[in-house]
Amino acid sequence: MNYEMPDTVTAAEASQDTPAEMTDDAAGYYTPGEPLVDAKAPTGPIADRWSDRKFEARLVNPSNRRKLDVIIVGTGLAGASAAATLGEAGYNVKSFCYQDSPRRAHSIAAQGGINAAKNYKEDGDSVHRLFYDTVKGGDYRSRESNVYRLAEVSTNIIDQCVAQGVPFAREYGGLLDNRSFGGVQVSRTFYARGQTGQQLLIGAYQALERQVAAGTVQTFTRHEMLELIVVDGKARGIVSRDMVTGAIDTHLADVVVLASGGYGNVFYLSTNAMGCNVTAAWRAHRKGAYMANPCYTQIHPTCIPVSGSHQSKLTLMSESLRNDGRIWVPKNEADCDKDPRDIPEADRDYYLERIYPSFGNLVPRDIASRAAKNVCDEGRGVGPKVDGVRRGVYLDFAAAIERLGRDGITEKYDNLLDMYERITGEDPYEVPMRIYPAVHYVMGGVWVDYDLQSTIPGLFVTGEANFSDHGANRLGASALMQGLADGYFVLPHTIRDYLADGPFEKITEDHPAVVEAHTSVKERIDHFLSVNGTRSVDSYHRELGNIMWEYCGMERTEDGLKKAIDLIRTLKDDFWRNVKVLGTNESLNQSLEKAGRVADFIELGELMCIDALNRRESCGGHFRGESQTEDGEALRHDDLFAYVAAWEFAGDGEPPVLHKEDLVYTAIEMKQRSYK
Amino acid sequence: MSDNNHMSLTLKIWRQPDSVTAGAMHTYQLDDVSPDMSFLEMLDVLNEQLNAKGEDPVAFDSDCREGICGMCGLMINGDAHGPEVTTTCQLHMRSFSDGETITIEPWRATAFPVIKDLVVDRSAFDRIIQQGGYISVNTGSAPEAHSVPVPRDDAMRAFNVATCIGCGACVAACPNGSASLFMGAKITHLGELPQGQPERDSRVVDMVAQHDHEGFGGCTNIGQCTAACPKEIPLDVISQLNKDLRTALKHGH
Repeated sequence: MNYEMPDTVTAAEASQDTPAEMTDDAAGYYTPGEPLVDAKAPTGPIADRWSDRKFEARLVNPSNRRKLDVIIVGTGLAGASAAATLGEAGYNVKSFCYQDSPRRAHSIAAQGGINAAKNYKEDGDSVHRLFYDTVKGGDYRSRESNVYRLAEVSTNIIDQCVAQGVPFAREYGGLLDNRSFGGVQVSRTFYARGQTGQQLLIGAYQALERQVAAGTVQTFTRHEMLELIVVDGKARGIVSRDMVTGAIDTHLADVVVLASGGYGNVFYLSTNAMGCNVTAAWRAHRKGAYMANPCYTQIHPTCIPVSGSHQSKLTLMSESLRNDGRIWVPKNEADCDKDPRDIPEADRDYYLERIYPSFGNLVPRDIASRAAKNVCDEGRGVGPKVDGVRRGVYLDFAAAIERLGRDGITEKYDNLLDMYERITGEDPYEVPMRIYPAVHYVMGGVWVDYDLQSTIPGLFVTGEANFSDHGANRLGASALMQGLADGYFVLPHTIRDYLADGPFEKITEDHPAVVEAHTSVKERIDHFLSVNGTRSVDSYHRELGNIMWEYCGMERTEDGLKKAIDLIRTLKDDFWRNVKVLGTNESLNQSLEKAGRVADFIELGELMCIDALNRRESCGGHFRGESQTEDGEALRHDDLFAYVAAWEFAGDGEPPVLHKEDLVYTAIEMKQRSYK
Repeated sequence: MSDNNHMSLTLKIWRQPDSVTAGAMHTYQLDDVSPDMSFLEMLDVLNEQLNAKGEDPVAFDSDCREGICGMCGLMINGDAHGPEVTTTCQLHMRSFSDGETITIEPWRATAFPVIKDLVVDRSAFDRIIQQGGYISVNTGSAPEAHSVPVPRDDAMRAFNVATCIGCGACVAACPNGSASLFMGAKITHLGELPQGQPERDSRVVDMVAQHDHEGFGGCTNIGQCTAACPKEIPLDVISQLNKDLRTALKHGH
C-alpha cells in the first residue's frame, strides 16, 4: 500500500451541521448509567505508563503458579499466544476452540502483514509514530494509553516470531524485508508473502503444542463455550459443549480469558470464517461484562461480490490491488449489463478519481466502501443481479497491464488474480475484476480496562474480542499486531496482578451459580431441539444479516436504525417460536451449534443498532447520514461523542444501560480527517 | 453467470451416524446448482433441502472457506479435494457438468477415524507437532530479530513448505495412509532456518515415532500426496525428512 498521509485540518475548522447536542436519537432505547473510568492505566508520561504498570502489577511466586487454573477460550493469535506464554510461566492452562485443531482459528486468513516500529528502514518510524498513526487511523476514538503500549511492544513481537521460526520475507542480505501499508508513509509492515496471518498463527500454535507436550496446557478442541460461570462477582469458569458427544461440561478456574475473536458474522455474509461467532463474548455480556462501541464495524472495499443467493461467505482481495487497478462503473445505467470492454472511456465514471482527485483510488477503506455503495444504489452497479440489484464495481487493470506488462502485474499480485479467477471463473487479465465492500473486522467488543480485564473481575478479554486499540477504524496490518501484543506481552503481565490474590476459594460443581449456568445451557439446547418449527437456522441468520447490512452497514440513519431494531425484535420472537433444529444433542449436530450462535447474534444486532443510533456522529467505520459535511464526508462531533460507549445488559426486554468512558488525549491532538 | 445454465446432479454421499455405527452410501438428487457455487455451498443447499424435509443434514467440516484454514476436505470422485489442485472450499461447481454423478466420501485413513458422515478426527496431526514440531523459545527470551540473518533462499524454501495447511489430503490420497508429506513439510520448514538447528535431530526422531504410533503408514514414494496437496508441497520434503532422520540416527539419537 502506498497511501499518502491524509491532509488534516483541525476539528474546529471543519464545517458543523445542526447542533447535535439537541438530539438524543436513542432516547427510550437505553437507560443512562454512571460514567465509567479505567482505573488501571497509570497517569504519568505516556512513554512510562506500561513500564510503571508492569512494575506495579504484583508477582506470583513460581511455586504458586501451578496451583492456579486459567481458562482461555479461542486459539487465534490472541488466544494461542496467551496459552503458550502462561503455560511457559507455569500456570495450569485449559485452552478451548470450536475447530478440530487450534491451528485453524481465523487469524490464519490474514493476508497483508504485521506492523512493528522497528524502524529498520530508517525512514523516520518510531514507537511514537506508530502510536500516532494508529490513534489517527482510529479517528480519535481509541484509548491513548492502550495504543501507546501496543506500539511499544510491537517490536518484541517480531523478535519472538523470528525466534519461533516464522519465515518472514527477507532481503538478499538475509535481513527482514518491510513494506508500506494502509494509510501511513513509513515501511513498517513485516510479511510472509500474502499469508502472514497463517505463518504467525502456526508459530503461536506450535508454541502452544509445545506446552501441551510439557503438560502445562490442556487443549479442548471441538468444544464451544456456552456460558460463563460467575461466583460471588468473579469469573470462575465456563460451561462448554463437546461438539462430538454433546456432553455439557463444567470447567472451573481462577481466571477466564476470552480470546474468541470478532462478531462480523452478525451480518451473515462477511470475510469471517463460517464458525466465527459472538457467543462467548455475548454470554459474558449477559453475565455483567459491558460491550463497548459495538457499532464500530470495518467494511473492506475490495472483496469479491456476492454471486447468488447461495453465497455463504465473502472473500477479501488484498487492498494492495488498488495501487494499480482503476475503479469505475458505467456512467449510464443502460450500459451496466454490457461487456465492460465494449464501453468506451467517455462512458465510464472513474468515480473515486472524480470525487477525490488527490487520493483517487487510494482513499481509505471506509470512504472507498461507501462510494461503491452509493454508485450501486444509483443503479450503476455491475455484475449479476442479486435480489434485483447489481452490487459490484469494476477494478480495472487494463491501464496497468499496458504500463507494466502482463508479467509486471503477475509479479506484483501473484496469487491474488488466480484466486479471483478460481472463485469467479473470469480472467482478470482479460475482463475487469468486479469488487464490492464486505464486513471483515469489528473494532467494537467487550469493554476492558488497561489490564484487559472486563467489568467482571477475573474475566480478561484479548484480541479482536475486546474493543481497546483501534478506535472507530483499524489500520491495515494492525490486527495481527494487537492479537499477539495482547497474548504474548500484555496479558501475561496484567493477569498476574489479579492472580496474586489466588488461588481463590475452591468451588464445587454443586455451587448454586455453577448449577444455574449448567442448567441454563441445557434448557437452551432442549428448547432449540423441541421447537420443531418451520424455518432453518440459516434462514434466520440470513435475514438478520440482510437487516444489519441494509440499516447498520456502510451508512446508518436514525430512521433506518429504528426500523432495524423493530425488525430484529420481530425476528427474535419468531426465531424462538419457529426455528427448526433436527437431531439430538448427543451427537455432532451442526444445526444445533448454529442455533445458539444465531440466537446470540440476534441480540447483539439489536445492541449494535442502539449503539449506532446513539452515536449521532460519523467516525471511522461508523457513518451516520445525519453527520456529514456539505461534500458528503464524515463529520465527527468531538464535543459530544469523544467517549467509549460501554453497554451494560439490564435483563431480557429491558433497555441496556449506557456508561460513558471519556477519551482524554494528552499526547496527541484531535484532528478532522480530509482526503480531497 | 446467468440463470439458464443451472445443473442437476446425482450425489452419492457417505452417511455414518457416529464413529461406531457402520456407514453407507446414500443417493440424493440436487437440481438448480449454479456453476458459481463453491462445492461446499452446493452441500449447504442440499442440507437446507434435507432440513426442510425433516432429514438429518450431512455433516461436513469447513471454516474459513478461503482455502487457508485446512478444516475442509472431502474425497470427491475418489480424489482428495476433487479434480482441481485446491481445497474443497475453493472448488467450484463449474468444474462439474450437468447430469453428473458425484461421489463424496470422508478422508479414508486408519489414523483419521470418522466422527460423523464426512467429518474425521485429525487430532493425530496435533500430536505429531507436540513431539518437536516447534522451536523451543519462551516468550520474551528472543534475541533481536536482526541478530541472525537468514539467507533469502533458505527463508523462501522454509516459507514455501510452511504453507502446509494441515488438511490431511496427503494422507487421504496415499495408498499407505502415510503422513510423510505433512511431517516432511514441518521438518523442512524448521530445518531450513538457523533457529531450528539445535533441536533438528530430536525433532525428526520424535515426530517420526509419533507418526508411526498414530497408525500412519510408511512412505513408498508413490507421490499421490504431493499431487493432491492444495498447497503443492513438493515431494522432496520427504527426501529431506529421510535425510534428517538418517543424520539424527548417525548422531546416536
